[in-house]
Amino acid sequence: MNKGKVIDPVFDKLNLVKPNLINIYYMEAKTETIRLFRTPGFCIPTLLFPIMFYVFFGILFSMNKATMPTYLMITYATFGVIGPALFSFGVGIAIERGQGWFDLKEVSPMPASAYIISRIVLSIIFSLLIIMLLFSIAAIFGDVRLFHSQWILLAIILILGSLPFCAVGMTLGLFLKSSSAPATINLIYLPMGFLSGLWLPINFLPDFMQSFANLLPPYHLAQLSLKVVEMDIGAPIILHIGVLLLYTLFFMFLAMKAYNKKDKQ
Amino acid sequence: MSTRFINLVLSFMSKSQTNKKVVSVINVSKFYGSNSLDSKKVLSEVNLDIFEGEILAILGPNGAGKTTLINMMLGRLSLSSGEISLLGHQPGNIELKRQCGAMLQVSSLPDMSTVREHIELFQSYYTNPMDYSQVIEFAQLSELESKYSRDLSGGQKQRLLFALSICGNPKLLFLDEPTVGLDISARRSLWKAIIELKHAGTSVVLTTHYLEEADHLSDRIVIINNGKVIKIGTPKEIKSEFNSKTIRFNSDVNAEVFSKLHAVKKVRTQQLANQEIQIEIETSDPINTLKEIFSAELIITDLTIAGAALEDAFIKLNQKSKQHEGDLS
Repeated sequence: MNKGKVIDPVFDKLNLVKPNLINIYYMEAKTETIRLFRTPGFCIPTLLFPIMFYVFFGILFSMNKATMPTYLMITYATFGVIGPALFSFGVGIAIERGQGWFDLKEVSPMPASAYIISRIVLSIIFSLLIIMLLFSIAAIFGDVRLFHSQWILLAIILILGSLPFCAVGMTLGLFLKSSSAPATINLIYLPMGFLSGLWLPINFLPDFMQSFANLLPPYHLAQLSLKVVEMDIGAPIILHIGVLLLYTLFFMFLAMKAYNKKDKQ
Repeated sequence: MSTRFINLVLSFMSKSQTNKKVVSVINVSKFYGSNSLDSKKVLSEVNLDIFEGEILAILGPNGAGKTTLINMMLGRLSLSSGEISLLGHQPGNIELKRQCGAMLQVSSLPDMSTVREHIELFQSYYTNPMDYSQVIEFAQLSELESKYSRDLSGGQKQRLLFALSICGNPKLLFLDEPTVGLDISARRSLWKAIIELKHAGTSVVLTTHYLEEADHLSDRIVIINNGKVIKIGTPKEIKSEFNSKTIRFNSDVNAEVFSKLHAVKKVRTQQLANQEIQIEIETSDPINTLKEIFSAELIITDLTIAGAALEDAFIKLNQKSKQHEGDLS
């Protein structure tokens, strides 16, 4: 019985055929999106929190009816697009790791890129919904008026700007335990949003907080978006893009390291 | 005579096991820790082969190294030394993954996806997936297709995990305790499905704590203890190594007969309950003991003679291995 011969992959025709990668991406993104739309615990806070805050601070209790609705529409949209990126990646991965589901997917032939792309697609879908809802409410109830090109450019910047937070979320999801992930990510998300001037205009904060905001990626995404309506503080575009790119690369590097690390269990 | 002939032909036809090696584990060791002083060895120079169409059961007490070995074969753990080859590939290779299926111990599945969605998603990963209806039939999930996984019972979740492991039509299937939480009829259905897959040429690596399962399903068994392979063989070979027999009967045995039975060489007698007597003989020949019993002219009912069960062999092998290690230290 021990005289067997190891099957040679060269003669194994199955090895030459590859599955349809686009179909895997599609199936993975579809399943994940449908699943999360069926989960009220994810959908309701993700969609409603930024809108609720905007209605309160940007419309109902607005201190300056001329500029505040526009300014806060942009900062709350920034706050809104960061949420699905951090939570669908961070909490989602941490929970799936805790359940053993992530391990099952890891030993399956699912390409790692399909797992990442499906969650990016999901994050973009939720970001688009938040942006559309916020823009509509701002236009109808906050009397915000912008050119078509400005609305479109804002939406593009916000959606692309959510990508660094996908990398942050992925890293957190690969390092945090499932039990502590929701609380830890909230502890990062909410203060980071506040300190970046997403809840209140940045100049309302003390000086040291304003200088600390320079280190935070949501601040740079908000400033980049505010530039579209000329409400930013005037720093160069390249600085904001550079910081966001640095964060993306750094967290992607950490996530890749954590994902490729064997013996991680 | 004709039935026997038909059975022989059928068994020949269904004999799918070949001498093609699909898994080769050569001198594999695994230790944790950075230096030789604090390193902990969890696997020590393991060697084993698995052949096409073979079911190999890996048995061992908790912490023996079974899961470590499986994880190394799946590419989830690095090797400290040695070599593993699966279907001619290194563990973890994507081409290899497309020809393997794995059922791991998963505590829960994503809640809000249905059974059908889970299976269809996993099918999409493979080049040559099994038909959806066949997967459902194998895993007996036909009435659960539209149920969310959060609404499945523990046993139903196990069946879904089994479905996910086979939906890619694997050549090599890893089953880590596949029947945990299943009732007897579901367990037997799963055994039937595993045997059908084996007959179709799939090689299966199975870990289980149910020795009856290993005995029923496997062509060969590997027993691991303290990271070392202490025995490899067919269930029959392992059991036959311990030439013991157990005689059981009901009778009103008095003290004199009891002492006579005790006097027979290599015999251990015990009274189980009221009149139930159990005699364990450390040889394969129970004749002398039976002669003693019958010469006592007792009124005997429900007499049974059984060979050693795998469980006995497993316990004795582990005790032997422990003793050996104690002697060495």
